[in-house]
Amino acid sequence: MNRLLPLLGFLLLAALFGFGIHWSRAHDPREVPSPLIGKPAPAFALPRLDDPAQRAGSADLRGRPYLLNVFGSWCLACGEEHPVLMAHAGDLGVALVGYAYKDDPRDTRAWLARHGNPYTLVVVDADGQRAIDFGVYGAPETFLIDAQGVIRYKHVGVLTPAVIADELRPAIAALDAAP
Amino acid sequence: MIPELAQLALILALLLALAQGVLPLFGAWRGDRALMAVARPAAYAQALFAWLAFALLALALLRLDFSVRYVAANANLAQPWYYRLAAVWGAHEGSLLLWIAILNLWTVLLARRSRHLPEAFAARVLGVLGLIAVGFLAFVLFTSNPFARLSPMPLDGNELNPVLQDPGMVFHPPVLYTGYVGFSVAFAFAVAALLGGEQESGQERAWVRWARPWTNIAWGFLSAGIVAGSWWAYAELGWGGWWFWDPVENASFMPWLVGAALIHTQAVTEKRGALGAWTLLLSILAFSLSLLGTFLVRSGVLTSVHAFAADPRRGLYILGFLIVAVGGALLLYALRAPRLPAGKPFATLSRETAILVGNLMLTVAAAMVLLGTLFPLLGDALKLGKVSVGPPYFGLLFPLLMLPVVLLLPFGPYLRWGRTEAGALRAVAVRAGLAALACALLATALTDGAARAVAGVAAAAWIGVGTALYAYNRLRAAPRGRRFPAEMAGMLLAHAGVAVFVAGVLLSQNLSIERDVRLAPGQSARIGEYAFRFDGVRLVDGPNWKAEQGTLTVSRDGAVVAVLHPQKRLYSSERIQTEAAIDAGALRDLYVALGEPLDDQHIEHAWTLRLYYKPFIRWIWCGGLLMMLGGFVSAGAKRLRAPQPVAHGAGLAVAAAGAP
Repeated sequence: MNRLLPLLGFLLLAALFGFGIHWSRAHDPREVPSPLIGKPAPAFALPRLDDPAQRAGSADLRGRPYLLNVFGSWCLACGEEHPVLMAHAGDLGVALVGYAYKDDPRDTRAWLARHGNPYTLVVVDADGQRAIDFGVYGAPETFLIDAQGVIRYKHVGVLTPAVIADELRPAIAALDAAP
Repeated sequence: MIPELAQLALILALLLALAQGVLPLFGAWRGDRALMAVARPAAYAQALFAWLAFALLALALLRLDFSVRYVAANANLAQPWYYRLAAVWGAHEGSLLLWIAILNLWTVLLARRSRHLPEAFAARVLGVLGLIAVGFLAFVLFTSNPFARLSPMPLDGNELNPVLQDPGMVFHPPVLYTGYVGFSVAFAFAVAALLGGEQESGQERAWVRWARPWTNIAWGFLSAGIVAGSWWAYAELGWGGWWFWDPVENASFMPWLVGAALIHTQAVTEKRGALGAWTLLLSILAFSLSLLGTFLVRSGVLTSVHAFAADPRRGLYILGFLIVAVGGALLLYALRAPRLPAGKPFATLSRETAILVGNLMLTVAAAMVLLGTLFPLLGDALKLGKVSVGPPYFGLLFPLLMLPVVLLLPFGPYLRWGRTEAGALRAVAVRAGLAALACALLATALTDGAARAVAGVAAAAWIGVGTALYAYNRLRAAPRGRRFPAEMAGMLLAHAGVAVFVAGVLLSQNLSIERDVRLAPGQSARIGEYAFRFDGVRLVDGPNWKAEQGTLTVSRDGAVVAVLHPQKRLYSSERIQTEAAIDAGALRDLYVALGEPLDDQHIEHAWTLRLYYKPFIRWIWCGGLLMMLGGFVSAGAKRLRAPQPVAHGAGLAVAAAGAP
């Protein structure tokens, strides 16, 4: 019996690790509960990618919910996320707005031209200054903003089909339910 | 083309590792010498291909082949060549490749130096190492391929994290991994002994004697790796701390603690034939904790400042591997560990009793560190919410658990195997005790009675004087040439290292002075006897960074002691990294970190600065290096290095009979 104890102890530990993996799948371990959820999104008005002379921003987008996706052509993880956005952008039920973060607009344009453009609108924050208000600390990050301009959901990291199905779609569905 | 070649080399290495893992084990079971003979050539060939893959990754980084995802993620055009090379182990995939390369290094050395071992035993040891290699190669190929291509190829890559662009980071991981992975050899020996039946009475001394030098060397490297990591954190993170009880640090510290226990219990088993089961268990645990550390760091289950990419698939794979490797070894242990205690019963006053007590404390300390590291996870599992324990938990429990070890240490060399007369010990206790008391009184006068610092000095004097007394007696009494056999010299060095370490920790922690100041050029701030004059900030350029560099002139009694240049670097990837400036000394460090300019537009004006005076902090690393040296020196013992020759196939009985 004595000699079984190390094995039993290890199996307990393994069970704990199994739980840990399960838990970290359900929760992003880096997930910092964003103080912005439930708060109005920071106001922004940024140059449009397709026409830098014009600005677009929170004021223009108000009235209908939208998804703000922070990305950059330099960002490897965004390349991983991109095909997912291409596949799901059409059927989410909300507009997908791109937020080109710390990126040269020429690079962004070339990148979208090559991989396709899932966004209904792309705004440019070339030096990343406005993103600070959103608490962005890396790309990709995604914010769900409702018709009143309130942030309802935030995801740090790559949107995978699983995240979209398990988190994003329920959050979008909840928009309609809420007053 | 080159990345595909490397990929192919990895696949070949995996197949060869499979051959090395399966065939010799099967052959040893069936007594088939042809199959057993596969072990060595397969190991050499596997190493060739694994090293080829490693070299090709280094080449891709040096040549900045951005079509390789790993290169694009960890190197850019501005990065100097030595940090491109360090990027080989700067991220998850590459560091696994380093792990594999080092495992192969150990395997090749073992294959070359195991010809005197009984054929079947050597075949089993190499087989187990082959299976471990299979686990890691498959991990790399299936979840963490460093040679994955990136399309389209970017024009420039992302930079290696500036925190890692430090000379300490070039050496720290290879040395640390050499230690970590080195425990796989002790593990393989233990599993081979369990498989073959060498663990039972009469033969356990033989396999433990073969395993000892390998364990000592691995432990020495692990000590050096931890010292290098601690020094890096001190110099690079800019907080002036040297240990943070961070999960990644703990991951390397747990195998170190268990390894220290293992080194001692191996001595008991080899010399006295006792504690065989305990040696087997610790051999398995030391390497298991190395694997566990990998799991904790790579799976994303725990997060820490050493952020490696977290990926649940990887976590699942490592968990599966852990269950097979550790669970399998422990199952084998449960089935086959010796049932009857071997050797003579222990007398209360004997070296084996002292070692057993010390071992228990080290093992309990490792368990305590494990518990503290896993606490956040336990908190989630038991729905306690976000809980984590930090330095207060470790800082209280660790010294408590180490207290008996410190008290026992000076007696180590005086204690004899079997039974010791109390009289001899009493003389040591009186002398070391008096020395400790005298030093404590002196320290009280010099430090205004900082209790912990005084305790540190007393503990260091207690160990140091006890150890030095023994060395002195030995020098006078023993005949020339036989005064310090390697094993004894190693023990004395390592124990002296503990004394130096304890003094360093307690003195630097309790006597350090830290000041946050705001200085305009020309102004000075004082810490103790040192005056720090701020001479302004200017811009300087490095290979891949621009920095705001301050100049501080430190003087003592009007004489200039040092001119320090702390920097705030802006790397080409726009990441900011603080470089502290340190004036190192045997008795104290002066440490300066740049804060912020009061006015962003005018960096030539006033700045906030953080100044530290850190007495005896180098002693911490010196102590660690002495312990490392102790491990290396005792591994060089002739008795262990040149074991009695054994006729091939003559079986273990001969080897066991030849053991002293």
